[in-house]
Amino acid sequence: MSEISKKKSLFASPLFQLVITRLLEFIREPQAVFWVYFFPLLMAFSLGIAFREKPQEDLRLCIVQMVDETTQQSLKQANGFVFSSESFEKGLDLLRRGRVDAVVDPDPQKGKSRIRIHTDPTRPESALAKARLEAHLARANQPGLEPIPDVALGLGGLRYIDFLIPGLLGINLMGGGLWGVGYALVDLRVRKLLKRFAATPLRVRDLLISLAISRFIFTAGQVIILLGASWLVFGVEIRGSILQFCLLIGLGGFCFLALGLLVASRASKYETVNGIMNLVMLPMYVFSGVFFSAERFPEVIGPAIRLLPLTALNDSLRAVMNDGRSITTLGSEVLILVLWTAGALTLAIRLFRWR
Amino acid sequence: MDAAIECVDLIKTFPGKPPVEAVRGLSLSIKRGECFGILGPNGAGKTTTLEILEGLQTPTSGTVRILGKTWESHAPWLREKTGISLQETKLSEELTVLETVRLFSSFYQDSADPNDVIAQVSLESKARSLIGKLSGGQKQRVALACALVGKPELLFLDEPTTGLDPQSRRQVWELVQNYQDKGGTVLITTHYMDEAEKLCGSLAIVDQGKIIAEGSPAQLIKSHAGQTRIEVDFDTPPGSNWIETGLELSQMENLDPNHFVLHSSSLIESLPKVLEAAKKSGKTIQAIRTHQPTLEDVFVALTGRHLRDEGASS
Repeated sequence: MSEISKKKSLFASPLFQLVITRLLEFIREPQAVFWVYFFPLLMAFSLGIAFREKPQEDLRLCIVQMVDETTQQSLKQANGFVFSSESFEKGLDLLRRGRVDAVVDPDPQKGKSRIRIHTDPTRPESALAKARLEAHLARANQPGLEPIPDVALGLGGLRYIDFLIPGLLGINLMGGGLWGVGYALVDLRVRKLLKRFAATPLRVRDLLISLAISRFIFTAGQVIILLGASWLVFGVEIRGSILQFCLLIGLGGFCFLALGLLVASRASKYETVNGIMNLVMLPMYVFSGVFFSAERFPEVIGPAIRLLPLTALNDSLRAVMNDGRSITTLGSEVLILVLWTAGALTLAIRLFRWR
Repeated sequence: MDAAIECVDLIKTFPGKPPVEAVRGLSLSIKRGECFGILGPNGAGKTTTLEILEGLQTPTSGTVRILGKTWESHAPWLREKTGISLQETKLSEELTVLETVRLFSSFYQDSADPNDVIAQVSLESKARSLIGKLSGGQKQRVALACALVGKPELLFLDEPTTGLDPQSRRQVWELVQNYQDKGGTVLITTHYMDEAEKLCGSLAIVDQGKIIAEGSPAQLIKSHAGQTRIEVDFDTPPGSNWIETGLELSQMENLDPNHFVLHSSSLIESLPKVLEAAKKSGKTIQAIRTHQPTLEDVFVALTGRHLRDEGASS
């Protein structure tokens, strides 16, 4: 027998070939490229624009025509309002439909110079309109009263887009792990390619490592594109350590890769893996604080929510990105991710089947 | 020298209600350099047997030695030495022929140059085409290239030409013969008799998980469906005693007075006799047809069923 262990070049190694063919397959599938790279961007942009910080808008005040001329003049000197003049009934109707924020009419019990303010208590703008108007009237009655200066909150503020981007990174890592690894593996099994590979000297280890490496390359691209674009367009920044942020991305990616392997360890039909995948992902989409804070759910289910890997990932990504916290303060989140990873990986390797 | 493949009393029972006995006590011995065929109808246990020999399934009981080694003790070594084509594998449509063969070559310590193997299967002009753009026959040749790229001593082919057009089937046969000519051993399953007759030096006919007959195609035909059928049509009835029958020639019932069916154990000897007898009777032969027995007849003789219509009895 000839020298069987002759050295192979890197190019001819199974790991390199598996990764390169996976990448080639991916870029030749335009739909996949769209869903992996452009869909998250689209989501970030549309949500970022829909919930962008609006400059404080003027409130809309409707002054009922019956209010006397001097009171009207005095009201119209208030800052931060646009005024309209309607009949009382019309004014109330506009208020009900949210077209004006408050309606002023004369108080029927106290004469034409005294007014009432009608508001819609379900809308914050309405309450704000009343407060502003009261402050204006108080100053008008007491000329010595100085307006209290506004000091705007500076860069420390959290915009919706700042909250959203770490959440989007989280669901991308989850989707990447489950779809990119789990679905890919089931696809190989359904096509009998996994069985064909089993009939060659290829080792399971090399196959799994190649899936992890190609996933890592896709994910790195996704993260860079999403962060780069949101930084350019919305000025979203990482306030904490970039290195720690990358560590968290790596840990989260690895955790969902392990879950993907687990989901795919046995499933031999697309339908099965789709079902399991939705079962795993849907609760996390809803509860793990992707689009709004997980804290809005009742406190009873809070502990359960915090144990989900996506919650731990999103919370820790936000802590580093938005609050500039150090990973050392995120012990419980990191522990949750590590435990999920270890558990899923152990189980996946025990359950794994080629066919 | 060891046999290339040797298995004794293979049994494979799949658990279930009721359990499925796919292979029920099957023994084989295949010499190196031979092309051995397992012929049988769908569901006969051919694929299960093959996959046990390929080390892809473990038998419920029985022993398997491949190239003198067992799968339990020498799997990595045996993987290097065997090439396999499964009944169905969907290779990635988005990869080219060269990329696919190169991928498979990377799995082996000692592999052939992918370009050479692609040339062997006559796909040089398609080396840079995506698999998704190839015809069924071309895809099957890529699968064969993937099986050959590890320079196997032993090639397992599971129904390699099922679903292919006649020309593609011939191309596949040629490939298998070339491989065998270079000293390779082939184990092939098929339900095509022509394929078995064309390729295989030895055959095992398998039905319901057991070998029901074994030998070279010629031996099998001789011992199980020995007789050649000769049909003779006359223009006018020659009378039933027009020919003298003997040991090697027997006359079958003739429903139509113009039409006779004879069975012969030797066509070469019987045909001149038939012509001479016809001449003597003074009648003219309108047509003469001969049918040499095939493996299909062997299968029918052994089981009362045809190879291709499973389930139908008689």
